[in-house]
Amino acid sequence: MGDLTRLVLKRLGYGLLTLLVVSILIFFAVELLPGDVAEAVLGQGATPETVQAMRDQLGLDRPAVIRYLEWLGGAVTGDFGVSAVSGDPVMRVIGARFVNTLFLAAYAAVIAVPFAIFLGVLVALLRNSVFDRVANVMTLTSISSPEFFLGYILILYLAVKLPLFPAIASLSGDMSFGDLLHRAFLPALTLVLVVTAHMMRMTRAAIINLLASPYIEMARLKGVKPWRVIVKHALPNAWAPIINVVALNLAYLITGVVLVEVVFVYPGIGQALVDAVAKRDFPVVQAASLIFAATFILLNLAADVGAILTNPRLRHPK
Amino acid sequence: MTKFSEKDVLLRIKDLQIQGYSEETWIDIIKGVDLTLHRGEVLGLIGESGAGKSTIGAAAMGYARDGTRISGGSIEFDGMELTTATEGEKRALRGSRIAYVAQSAAASFNPAHKIIDQHTEAPVQYRIQKRMAAQEDAMELYERLRLPNPGEIGFRYPHQVSGGQLQRAMTAMAMSCRPDLIIFDEPTTALDVTTQIEVLAAIRDIVDQFNTAAIYITHDLAVVAQMADTIKVLLKGEEVEQASTEQMLSNPQEEYTKSLWAVRSFQRDQKSRPTDGTPPIISVKNIDASYTGSAKVLDDVSFDIYPGMTVAVVGESGSGKSTTARCITGLLPPSKGEILFKGEKLPAKYTDRNKDQLRQAQMIYQMADTALNPKVQIHEIIGRPAQFYSGLKGGDLKQRVDELLDLIELDPAKYYYRYPPELSGGQKQRIGIARALAAEPEFIICDEVTSALDQLVAEGILKLLDRLQQDLGLAYMFITHDLATVRSIADEVVVMQQGKVVEQGPKDEMFTPPHHPYTDLLLSSVPEMDPNWLTTLLEERGVDNVGEAADVNQDPPDGKAEDEPTK
Repeated sequence: MGDLTRLVLKRLGYGLLTLLVVSILIFFAVELLPGDVAEAVLGQGATPETVQAMRDQLGLDRPAVIRYLEWLGGAVTGDFGVSAVSGDPVMRVIGARFVNTLFLAAYAAVIAVPFAIFLGVLVALLRNSVFDRVANVMTLTSISSPEFFLGYILILYLAVKLPLFPAIASLSGDMSFGDLLHRAFLPALTLVLVVTAHMMRMTRAAIINLLASPYIEMARLKGVKPWRVIVKHALPNAWAPIINVVALNLAYLITGVVLVEVVFVYPGIGQALVDAVAKRDFPVVQAASLIFAATFILLNLAADVGAILTNPRLRHPK
Repeated sequence: MTKFSEKDVLLRIKDLQIQGYSEETWIDIIKGVDLTLHRGEVLGLIGESGAGKSTIGAAAMGYARDGTRISGGSIEFDGMELTTATEGEKRALRGSRIAYVAQSAAASFNPAHKIIDQHTEAPVQYRIQKRMAAQEDAMELYERLRLPNPGEIGFRYPHQVSGGQLQRAMTAMAMSCRPDLIIFDEPTTALDVTTQIEVLAAIRDIVDQFNTAAIYITHDLAVVAQMADTIKVLLKGEEVEQASTEQMLSNPQEEYTKSLWAVRSFQRDQKSRPTDGTPPIISVKNIDASYTGSAKVLDDVSFDIYPGMTVAVVGESGSGKSTTARCITGLLPPSKGEILFKGEKLPAKYTDRNKDQLRQAQMIYQMADTALNPKVQIHEIIGRPAQFYSGLKGGDLKQRVDELLDLIELDPAKYYYRYPPELSGGQKQRIGIARALAAEPEFIICDEVTSALDQLVAEGILKLLDRLQQDLGLAYMFITHDLATVRSIADEVVVMQQGKVVEQGPKDEMFTPPHHPYTDLLLSSVPEMDPNWLTTLLEERGVDNVGEAADVNQDPPDGKAEDEPTK
């Protein structure tokens, strides 16, 4: 296991390095945007003097490299500065929203991942049957339709025609967990529909890819039942690609859900980011982007480690 | 045939026809084969690749591989017709009454599960035994098959066990339900000769002990002679002839069978080192080498190769033969020692060598299939080194390629624009030879060039290499584990074991006693046509003194070459 720990630490090190590079890109990309906070906040009617005064107050005139280092130093300690628009600390602006986003992502993932893998195993077992074709067409349809369209369809049928769930998923702090689940059901279902196809198809492909292996033929010639050939003999060797796709989809659930949040008026971090861009609230934009980048890097790291853990050669060295 | 009576018939195949799907049509691959097998009988199926041996073996279980179908005839197993049985009925036979042992145990054990979990799967599924009882039984079988640590070895994963041990574990697995019939599909082809013996002995014992019938598929006549009561020879999906083993060996009837028997006859005269002070063309001096971060794989290896001579480097897999070749070509710089070319030192890394030095280290590979780019035409494969080393262009280049194709006995008009997948195995290997020749070297490394080929084809390649050596004065370093090949073409022999040279000298001396104990072990492990060879050998060595056991006995306690798990 010593090797494994070292491997994980090494990957983690690379991950941090990547994050550093990303932070540079984020900071200077935001710098490249036309105008600055002072102009954006004060609007067109501002006099040059007031703009200059605000720049002095925020320290915007100092060289970008200095400001980057300051920002990075703060970010490392969890201090992303102060929102240029509201004056509140950035963490207070987006902290609660990030938690909401994580809740929604976890909600969708808990349903979607087992469902997709189960469906993938099933279509691999029944490959080239009618069920396989239908499942493929259905999941492809759901992945090809825009999320907002799926969201509105679900609202139409499950909130308006059949008033089972609320169309607007606004949350408040004093709701019970059951209420939260009920409120967030439609956005979560939309996300499930969007991510299932990808994971299911990868599960199917990874399993079918292995069916030509000698050990699968051996299992068949041992009289092993078809479902057991798939579940017991193919699936354990197919985890690596499946885990990678699952990780990519989890990352998407956290970082790519702006449209779903808008449709359901869900108070997530995606909306906060869009608002901040519109208002040129650079500290918020930078913080949100960095959180997204870290999410991606962490999930991919987890996928790598997961893929390694499913390989018996690495788990049980000679 | 008198040994078995009509009422003991276990498997009766009549007029079996199997088709394979290829290029959008169904092609006959088995064209009406009959086969009768009695309880306790071992039938050897032999033939070249493509003869349909494995296909018949699978069909005996009512199984058609993907892309094939049983299109006619009948397969009757113990009164049950398999061609009309349902999938469920056939599945109930597999593993319980008919078992299968595959060619590569390393690939046929599921890497994700422990060996014993795979062993007990069938008996538990068929409710023959409870899990714990099946486990006890597995350990007993491991013991009977003389696996080391029978109580513990099953709890390892396949990658933690060596190839020969895995092959025996697979035989044990086939025995788990005490089947009436086992199909052995080339079970020792992938093993070294020393390992092969123990697997053969184990298979023969266990088949005897349980009076199991078996179909033993192989292309190695000497192996089948040890195992089978009856031999059936196949050619391109048709039976050539069938007879009892003794009769088949002493008195084959058909021309094709006779040609198979005669295959090991090619032999050329042995040459000796020049006496006029010519320096060796390649001189390997005291080299050590290791792959990054691992232990030494070469330890003080030295030998010389003189112009125009063939030096065979023999040893088991993992003995460092190919690593030595990699050092000579500069792909793996040695950590100590040097390589001399005609007395001059060659730079250790190939990137530091000039064109003229690079030209001298040409290689021909074992797997012509993977050594040739399938998307590049033949003339380009051969033309590229000719262009690179000799700067030929246009008409000159075409002429040179034609010349090279003539040299390897392929018609330039026919093969110039072909792609590798359109060629047979032997033809591909010839292209590999032409590619090496295109650099106009004086020295070529042949790495197991005939191991993947059928005997008749291999013979053609050996003859071609010999002719080229005479015409062009080439020196060969011939890496092989096949001592029959060494006998036919080598001038000198270098025996390697665990990265060391244990013995070297002219071929005639090497093949005459006294030998180094390891050379002796290698030599005596090569199967011979005599059907009593294995029995005699086992008597001489003692049952517990073959293969791994023999290795351990003659080595210092820390060195166990065979215990190295498969990579």
